[in-house]
Parts: sequence; C-alpha cells; structure tokens
Amino acid sequence: MNGAVFAAVYQRDLRLAWRRRTEALLPVAFFLVAASLFPLGVGPDPQILRLIAPGVVWVCALLAAMLSMPPLYAADHADGSLEQLLLAPGAGLAVAAAKAAAHWTISGAPLVVAAPLLGLLLGLPSAELPVLFESLLLGTPILSLLGGVGAALTLGLRSAGMLIVLIVLPLAIPALIFGAGAAAAVDAGLSPSPHLSLLGALLIACLVGAPPATAAALRIAVE
Amino acid sequence: MTALPLNGTPAATTPLPALRLVDVACRRGDRLLFTGLTETLGPGELLWLRGGNGRGKTSLLRLVAGLAAPEHGQILWGDTPARRNEGFAAQLVYIAHANALKDDLTATESLAFLARVHARDAGAPALRAALARLGLAGRERTPVRSLSQGLRRRVALARLALETAPALWVLDEPFDALDVAGTATLHTLLAAHRARGGSVLLTSHHLHLDAAAASAGFRMLDLDLLPRDAAVAR
Repeated sequence: MNGAVFAAVYQRDLRLAWRRRTEALLPVAFFLVAASLFPLGVGPDPQILRLIAPGVVWVCALLAAMLSMPPLYAADHADGSLEQLLLAPGAGLAVAAAKAAAHWTISGAPLVVAAPLLGLLLGLPSAELPVLFESLLLGTPILSLLGGVGAALTLGLRSAGMLIVLIVLPLAIPALIFGAGAAAAVDAGLSPSPHLSLLGALLIACLVGAPPATAAALRIAVE
Repeated sequence: MTALPLNGTPAATTPLPALRLVDVACRRGDRLLFTGLTETLGPGELLWLRGGNGRGKTSLLRLVAGLAAPEHGQILWGDTPARRNEGFAAQLVYIAHANALKDDLTATESLAFLARVHARDAGAPALRAALARLGLAGRERTPVRSLSQGLRRRVALARLALETAPALWVLDEPFDALDVAGTATLHTLLAAHRARGGSVLLTSHHLHLDAAAASAGFRMLDLDLLPRDAAVAR
C-alpha cells in the first residue's frame, strides 16, 4: 500500500470536510432526528422504548452512514481526481483505505459520540450506555468499509444512493445483530463481551476484505 | 565519448525507456475506434496526436496511461507491459481533459495534493515557483472555485513545472483554454522537458502547433489515417 497516497487523501478529505462543515454534520443530524421520531411513532411507554432503544440507535446509525456514502467517490470521479489517484503506483488500496478512514472520521465518529445521548433520550439504563458506545465504536468502521465497497460499485450510476443501501444493508446485517445484541445482552443480565468480540472479528474481516474489493471496483469504474 | 546532455542531472544518466505501441486496437462500446496502431515514442520526442472528434485520441491517451486495456495489441514501456507497471506509473505524468482540482481547495493545496500523490513532493518554495511559472503568482491562496477556466488549466499544468527528471508526459488538449502567454509557457516547458530526455504524447486541435511542429520537430500521428472497421482478431 502506498502510504503517501493514504496520508494525502485522508488529509485532503478532512480538509474538504472542514471547508464544508455544515454538510459534514448532516449524517449526525439525520441520526438524531430519525431516532427521535421513534418515541413519537411508538408511543412514550418507557418500557417499550428501553427495549427497542439499542436496535433503534443501531438502525438509525446504519442508515445515516449509508446516506452519507454516495458522494464518497462520486465527486472525485466527476472532477478527474479519481483517475489521477489511481494512476499513482500501488494507489488503489491506499485510496480505498484512506476514503473509508476519512468517512469514518467525518461521519462515523460523530455517530459514536451522539449514540449515548440518544440512548439517554430513549431511557436506556446507564449500565447499557457504555456498551452501546463500544458496539458503535467497533461497528461504525464496518459500515464505512462496507459502504465504500457499495459506493465504488455504484460509481457513475444514476440512483446510486438507493443502490448503495440495497447492496450494503444485507452485508451489514451481522454487524447490526451483534451491535444491537450487545446492549440487549446487558439488559438481560448477560455479559456483552461475546457480541463485542464477534463485532471485532467482523471489523477485522472488513479491514482485510473491503479495501481490495473497493480498489477493484474503482478500477472498473474509471475504465 | 558521448556528449553529455545539455542540462544533464545525475538522474538523467539512465535514459527514459521508449513507449512502444504494437498493433493496438481500441474499442469504445461496440465500435472499433482504430486498429493496427504501431508507433514508438523515444526519449526527447514529442508525438502530436491528431484526428477528428470521436476518432479515439482521448481513448488512446487513456490506454497509454493504463486506465483502460487495449482491445488488441500491446503497450510496452521499454520491453515490459506498461499497464500495472509501477516503474512506468512513477515516470508517467497524465493530465486529462478534466483538471482534477477541488473547488474548495486553494491553487497551492490542489497542486500540493497532486504532487504528493505522484511522489513529487517538492516543498512550498517549489510549489510557489511552479505556480509563478504558469503566471499564477499572487493567486496561490485563491480557491479553485473562483479561478477562471484558463487559470484552472494553468494550475493543472503547473504540475509540469515541478518535473525535474525525464518522464513521459501524456497531455489531453493541454493548450485548451490557455491564452497566448500560457501557450508560450507550455511550449517552453515542453522544450525543456524534451531537452532533458523526456517524451511527450499530446492531443491538440490548435493550428498554431503546425508552425511549432515544423520548427521544434513535433512528430504527428493522425488517427484519421488508421483503419477503424477492420476485423479484430478474436
């Protein structure tokens, strides 16, 4: 992997996000708004809200991550930057990894920070909040990595946004199950560590598998 | 025994490999744009690619850059295939029709990013000098968004002013949107590049190149003269 390309792309993406700060805040705003709709829709019964809270937070985080995916490569594709990046020696992997890392820093990390607040809002007991935080800390990088594959596969297509969601959501189901399951396990008086370990294993698998798949999809897209 | 190059640097002692196109055919969708293209581009040479709209000039440049694979034939860098070849990638400068600049970055940031990605990180003074060379002094910190089309082209071309070693330049319509001064600067850069043993493959519709072609020894390759509908070996 080309380390110089990784660092250059990562820093540039953070700088671009900083220049468009309001745009970068949209996923976390969506996350908060979508999750706060549930008490209105389901009703204010604290018992029900407490039970569904981990699932609600996780599903909303998943959707927020997916909605911020379409522009990940599309802007670079449109202005010719992507071609330039892929021409550098050994750059495919570096670009895929840097883009996923930048996406997580910009869109994923704020979700992790906001999740305990949403948990509180939905009446989650304080013992479950750290577990929810940890599960999202392990889970949101998975979403960024898988989303990168979806964004690269749908590059140049119309209605790429919908397609990304349809491609990535089935792949993200294991992360959703173990992520939401971790907090539910605490609620049932069990240890969350098996869930978190499996989430960690999923993250490692995505770290190894997603960047090469993304790089291959990008090469096809610029051809 | 042999004469040293005029502005020979230590890096220039190993000559640049020749770019060799061997019986190349290019397909775009279900159409063959050209077939049977055989051509060699040696160090110090400039090949001016001509042809009408849709004859495959840009497609050929993309084949050479390795962004696409030819339908038939081979593109060699010296004796090895050029595509997915790290040595070739390190010696290639490809400037496409799109400028690859970000609206939200400044001219300096854009140039620094491209230089860094292509391992030509030269530091702030070199970047400033390269931008000044292209007539962008005083606009280093202007966001690309507020630059005109011609000035954006100059920022993209400032990459050429950062080059110090012989390389292969593949330029898609580099003279487009440039004014008279910009055109003259680009000619100077091209001449310096060829003098240090670099090679150039470019496309242009600009007729002023006709005069340059005669005086500076540009070679011409006209894609209109190649067969386009010949059957390709399956």
